[in-house]
Amino acid sequence: MTATTAPPPRPDAAPGARRDAAPGARRRSPATWVRGGGLSNLTFLLPLLVIFGVFSWFPIVRAVVMSFQETNLVTEPTFVGLDNFRQVLADPILWRAVRNTAYFAFLALLFGYPIPLVVAVLMREVRRAKGLYSALAYLPVVVPPVVAVLLWKFFFKGSPTGVFNTILGWADLGPFPWLQDASWAMPSLVLAATWAGAGGTIIIYLAALTSVPPELYDAAEVDGAGLWRKIWHVTLPQLRGVLFITLILQVIGTAQVFLEPYLFTGGGPNNATVTVLLLIYRYAFQNSLGGDYGAATALSLMLAAFLAVFSLVYFRLTRSWSTT
Amino acid sequence: MTLSPTDNPSEVVVVADAAAAGVGPGPGEPSRPAGGAVPAGASERARPRARRRAARDDSEDRAALSGADWARPSIRWGMGTTHVLLLGTLVVVGLGPVVLLAKYAVTPTQDILRTPMAVFPHGIAWDNLDRAWNDVQISRYFLNTIWLALGSWLAQIVVAATGGYALSVLRPAYGKAVQALVLSTMFVPAVVLLVPLYLTILDPPLLGRSLVNSFWAVWLPAGASAFNVVLVQRFFDSLPREVFEAARVDGAGPYRLFWSIVLPMSKPILGVVSVFAVIAAWKDFLWPLLVLKDPTIQPLSVRLPSIDASTDLGVFLAALAISTVIPVALFLVFQRLFLQGAGLGGAVKG
Repeated sequence: MTATTAPPPRPDAAPGARRDAAPGARRRSPATWVRGGGLSNLTFLLPLLVIFGVFSWFPIVRAVVMSFQETNLVTEPTFVGLDNFRQVLADPILWRAVRNTAYFAFLALLFGYPIPLVVAVLMREVRRAKGLYSALAYLPVVVPPVVAVLLWKFFFKGSPTGVFNTILGWADLGPFPWLQDASWAMPSLVLAATWAGAGGTIIIYLAALTSVPPELYDAAEVDGAGLWRKIWHVTLPQLRGVLFITLILQVIGTAQVFLEPYLFTGGGPNNATVTVLLLIYRYAFQNSLGGDYGAATALSLMLAAFLAVFSLVYFRLTRSWSTT
Repeated sequence: MTLSPTDNPSEVVVVADAAAAGVGPGPGEPSRPAGGAVPAGASERARPRARRRAARDDSEDRAALSGADWARPSIRWGMGTTHVLLLGTLVVVGLGPVVLLAKYAVTPTQDILRTPMAVFPHGIAWDNLDRAWNDVQISRYFLNTIWLALGSWLAQIVVAATGGYALSVLRPAYGKAVQALVLSTMFVPAVVLLVPLYLTILDPPLLGRSLVNSFWAVWLPAGASAFNVVLVQRFFDSLPREVFEAARVDGAGPYRLFWSIVLPMSKPILGVVSVFAVIAAWKDFLWPLLVLKDPTIQPLSVRLPSIDASTDLGVFLAALAISTVIPVALFLVFQRLFLQGAGLGGAVKG
């Protein structure tokens, strides 16, 4: 920019003199720009501009462009219109992946939405050693996800001497196939994912519960409300905003699930756990003939567009109920 | 924060939400009321003391059950039993798998395979840890992970602190546009970035050589975290402007102001960003998997799945245990910071 060509500021020019340095017209010369702090402003913004420019803004724009291009790393990319989108939509595995991802999201909500709420409401009533409860609940979140998945993979071993099958064997249950059976695989994945993620949600609910005004409970008691009615008429309405947010966050998160299917099952058995993100990964990075980058970006843009529309509709629908 | 699309997006969207609610008034106001994520967290420290004082007459810190409720035997016994059961469940579910992992780390492989739930039927195999650390070269991957975490941390701190300072304190005319562009990236799911970012790393602008198989490929993109910038900027916004004015009157230029005034005042928020940065780098899997192809520079998260099949089970589980030690230790030391950070969503929205 102009910074490099700007003459050095006169040493005698006081900072306060900058207003009359541009005589008459509104034109700003490089010298006034520097003296006004333009150079130091730019210096401080430079890391942000460079890093975001190269590693965030440019790739986002490039994703849109690439989805309309045939890109391989040998020849120049050529525009192919909507071919990538057509190709992806015609892929029979896509609908399998969409169904699997929706199934994962559904199970994750079923396991992972009510449990943290119940646990958090109970934990809020704890009077001694609160920190111990929170620490225990949050501990699984701290275990690195890859370690958690590999550990659970070992727990899930399908033979009678697998860890879970041993434990369930004490109650004369099983042995269950866990990851090896097409209908068992997805619930098993969700079980592990819920273990790894529930702690975070519990802590969010706890933080929200602490900000419920105690006067509301006092007032409810004056009106003769018992414990259940206090929870139903005070606690839950006060948590409404957080409950809405965590729901949409969970949907957005589960729509992009990758780690569990990739490491637990690799998409199997018989494509029962292929998710949309796993498919994107396969398009781009697991093709022996070189990546199909166009198809991968087209699919990721469609997923992003779906999530954007879903969030908009969701917020539109829940706006009237939300507290803020 | 990280590029892994599997990363929990909650932090990002929560702050996007906070920003949408809080940025509205515009940066013109000298001191914004402490309604944002950071001021709420910062004032948290002062509150418990006041609350403890008030708790004696049981009017301030109460939940659905009042002191009178607790005096009733039915409630005391019912809730007490529930809490014991809850604690037991949390111990089994939360701590159990971690304890099992620690046990397997020092159990002979044959025992793990035949009787996974027996308590050391044939003695303890400390050997597992030694073999994992030296023979499987976990030490090397451990070191790689630390390097990746440190570099990502530095990139995030530099971008967030300088950028936050420029946007919040210096406020150039084009600052609002930059801020809007930074915010907008929070609404783009990470999955969109995956492929184009990979191609950018393959052929970065102006550099002329691929960054694949270099730590820079992980460090630099880690800096592009809108979450951090917003977090730091909002913290700077809440600092008293009078201090900056006084420093300017005393002749401090923008660099001096940044280094001697703003940075020392922002230790709390830089601590939060640091812990998040290190943990995120430790957890990251997909992005390092894509850009670090050379096994000798891969971090633990990438390396562990690929040694799974070729390693003795006891040794492998010992490797898993070693990989868990640092995050868990960080959590135990900075527990308050972690739980506060995790609760940000609630503090913002609730």
